[in-house]
Amino acid sequence: MKREIAFTLNNEEIAVEVEPNWTLLYLLREVLEMTGAKEGCGVGECGACTVIVDGNAISSCLYPVMEVEGKNVTTIEGLSKEDGTLHPLQQSFIENNGVQCGYCTSGMIMSAKALLDKNPDPTENDIRVSIAGNICRCTGYVQIVESIRKAAEKMKNT
Amino acid sequence: MEDFLYVGKDVPRTAEINKVTGRAVYIDELKRPGMLYGKILYSRYAHARIKSINTEKAKKLPGVKAVITGYDIPDVRVGFMEDQTVLKRDVVRQYRDEVAAVAATSREIAEEALDLIEVEYEELPAIFDPVEAMKPGAPLIHELDGHGRPVKSNVLPLRWTLNVGDVEKARRESAYVVKDSLTTPWINQCCLGTSGCVAEFDSVNNLTFYSQTNVIFGAKQRISRYFAKIGLKDKKIRVINPIVAGSFGTKLDTDIYEFICIQLALKTRRPVKIQFTREEEFRTLPPRQTTRFEIEQGCDKNGMLTFRKAEAILDNGAYTSWGATTPSVMMMPISSLYRVPNVYFNAVCVYTNNIYSQAMRGYGNPQASFAVEVSMDHLAEEAGIDAAEFRMKNRNRPGEVTPMGLKITTCPLDRCITTVKEKIGWDQKRGKKNGRGVGMASLIHVAGGARVYLSDGTGIRIKVDENGHVDVLSGSTDQGQGSQTVLAQIIAETIGFRPEDINIIFGDTALGLWDAGTHASRHTFIAGNAAIRAGEKVKRQILELAVEYVPKLLKSDFRKQKKKDPDFHEPELDFTLIDNPEKLDIKDRMIFAKKAPENPNFRIDVARVLNRALNVGNGESKTVMAEVFWDPPTQMLNSEMKGNWSCTYAFGTTGAEVEVDTETGEVKILKLVAAHDVGRAMNPTLVKGQIYGAAYIGVGFALTEKLQVVEGRVMNPNLRDYKVLTALDDIPVEAVIVEDPDPMGPYGAKGIGEPGLVPTAPAIANAIYDAIGIRFTDLPITPEKVLAAIRAKKQENQQRDA
Repeated sequence: MKREIAFTLNNEEIAVEVEPNWTLLYLLREVLEMTGAKEGCGVGECGACTVIVDGNAISSCLYPVMEVEGKNVTTIEGLSKEDGTLHPLQQSFIENNGVQCGYCTSGMIMSAKALLDKNPDPTENDIRVSIAGNICRCTGYVQIVESIRKAAEKMKNT
Repeated sequence: MEDFLYVGKDVPRTAEINKVTGRAVYIDELKRPGMLYGKILYSRYAHARIKSINTEKAKKLPGVKAVITGYDIPDVRVGFMEDQTVLKRDVVRQYRDEVAAVAATSREIAEEALDLIEVEYEELPAIFDPVEAMKPGAPLIHELDGHGRPVKSNVLPLRWTLNVGDVEKARRESAYVVKDSLTTPWINQCCLGTSGCVAEFDSVNNLTFYSQTNVIFGAKQRISRYFAKIGLKDKKIRVINPIVAGSFGTKLDTDIYEFICIQLALKTRRPVKIQFTREEEFRTLPPRQTTRFEIEQGCDKNGMLTFRKAEAILDNGAYTSWGATTPSVMMMPISSLYRVPNVYFNAVCVYTNNIYSQAMRGYGNPQASFAVEVSMDHLAEEAGIDAAEFRMKNRNRPGEVTPMGLKITTCPLDRCITTVKEKIGWDQKRGKKNGRGVGMASLIHVAGGARVYLSDGTGIRIKVDENGHVDVLSGSTDQGQGSQTVLAQIIAETIGFRPEDINIIFGDTALGLWDAGTHASRHTFIAGNAAIRAGEKVKRQILELAVEYVPKLLKSDFRKQKKKDPDFHEPELDFTLIDNPEKLDIKDRMIFAKKAPENPNFRIDVARVLNRALNVGNGESKTVMAEVFWDPPTQMLNSEMKGNWSCTYAFGTTGAEVEVDTETGEVKILKLVAAHDVGRAMNPTLVKGQIYGAAYIGVGFALTEKLQVVEGRVMNPNLRDYKVLTALDDIPVEAVIVEDPDPMGPYGAKGIGEPGLVPTAPAIANAIYDAIGIRFTDLPITPEKVLAAIRAKKQENQQRDA
């Protein structure tokens, strides 16, 4: 039995019919065709599906879709400005080689954004803790941590 | 130092901007109209006879469009040794054996249908230990080979033997000799995106195959051979790469699921996608196989190596993929890392009922270098020589030819070793045995292509349109390393454009020219060489058009200006400054006269010239396009396993400082220094990215990663129990780029894709020995093993004291 839910997705109010057993990731990828959040494992172990719900980075592959009713959801698609200007985190990942294959990137950036929204001046350890649930096989995290650190600096200075 | 505009610069990866905005299309995002979802039913036993398969119930499930078994498709063999069929109908030899497959309108329905397929098995005796499987009388995994001939043994009929000099004589004459046994585990490559493909036939059975392969022409060839056997000979095949979410060796071979997907598409007349779950990825993707090494080496009283003898047993699993050819690369460190005059190497690959194996980043080199370098430390200790000094004494040097026939061109191994020594604090920290220790290990790897196929070539096509936009069609692929950026830098440098003017198109057999594959750390070197050659041609064409059209453009400009402004005086120009292509050059897309680079009249945008040359209106229009196919001047290994199979070789040294917690057995890495010979770094930030990433996989290999395969079954098929390092495993890695431009490398570059992984594990094992005096020879070195070894050593000491 489908039910209608309403929530805010990337600053836009939307109402959509869902099956109660869907996950948020299923709604995003399969129904809304917003495929920035990736399914790397489907069981909450890799972080590739990370989106922000009411300020917290969550694994959307585990998040029941009914739970987003009335909430504020931000995905990677909602980060750059309407004119295409990249968010400082996106820009920094490109400039500092925080991206290789790119499959973890959406999730990494969303975890980092949730951190910087709460803590604009994070230590390296804060950064590492924020992405502890995001697995990357390509980079060894070094340039990801650097991308986040440099983005934080830039955001602080503007 | 030459002055380059783009080579050697940290050009950002703007070409991959879609990866940070969520718009990148990987296989998981790819949808085709009417597409169905395929799912595979795997065996319930490691070894069994299939008594019956009943698919009736599954076929009746609404939404199911096809259910196929080995009885529904031609019974033909596939694979490098042709030792398996696509769907197994008589015998299953491993848990991942594909027994049936379903195509349905959704993944969920396809999964449900699998549960409705009934298979009856009769279990057969299975064998999981390659040593047991080698024994005479062991049950045979295969009774017939790919050609239907009876098989006598589980040992694969592949001979991997290298014998140079006289090892026995050298051993007798050595002052010091050590012997070690080492083992390495099953490793899952753990690409973050799981395996998947989409197969789509047109109305007359031409195939478009969306595959994550990193060898698009190899995949096409394999499918073509398969087609010939199933009655589709001469059907057109186009292999297209989506954006690839990691490779690390997994995309070298065409996997069975890909053939199944093709069969489902053929049967249903609709596009079909197969996309693995993470659990499937762990259970069925061919991992790096286990190896057992016996290694013996010796030196004279001055510490010069006299011989090295190594024997390896590789668990091939039930069928054969490229994993069985990794001994060819193992031979490289065995024979050619450090100068050693007498070498013997022999490896056997053995069939078992385990999951069949593939290659992984490093292609056997990490396992072999682990053996060589742990043994090197052992021998240094035996000979009473500092391990770093021992390596320096025996290091490779430029100009030498190794026992395997590798011709070393540039070789800054001395600088790699001394850099590591200095940065890790070797002289202050080594030999304290106080729970903290330092260790090092080096590597040699192919860095200028690898002639593993008869052609190691690559084709590239560069076209420049009338807007000055450059499209580059390359037959290679990118799996995340940043080839778009590096190739754009190389081409920009060569033709005088900016990297952002250049659009690189990879991974389409219909558009690109043949390429041997993005493997063996070969892409920058091989594609870069082709790109420079094609770029030079393109530049020449542009300058020839400039000679013809710049004077015409200038004259027409002057006429127009004169119309607007009657007082305008045409400047007096010396057109002999631009009357020959040799006299012109291009920088940032602007053509200029070499002798008058600042003359604004002669500075003209390439686009204007090309636009003019195209729009001539007299049947003589011209466009700019060049293509080059470049095959490096290297050799296949001969029957003695000798040959110079790469244009150049990369060296490097990793140093580790560790602290061992003797209460918990945990090994903490305090510092890793990875100094790598890269020829010339095309893009230092991207080069470091390769080194960091590879080093981390190396640390996982050393300390945490092991696919637990128990009686053929993968017991940890998830990212919780298979321990990939996370950001919390904060390992301070310092990547040091050691430059020594290679004479054949594009702008001096060597390959760097794999090397970072290779020396990491032995460097850590050697550091642990330096910390606590225990030599670990079985990877991964987990806290449990460390603790057990510390206890055993304590007991041994107590017994000795008593």
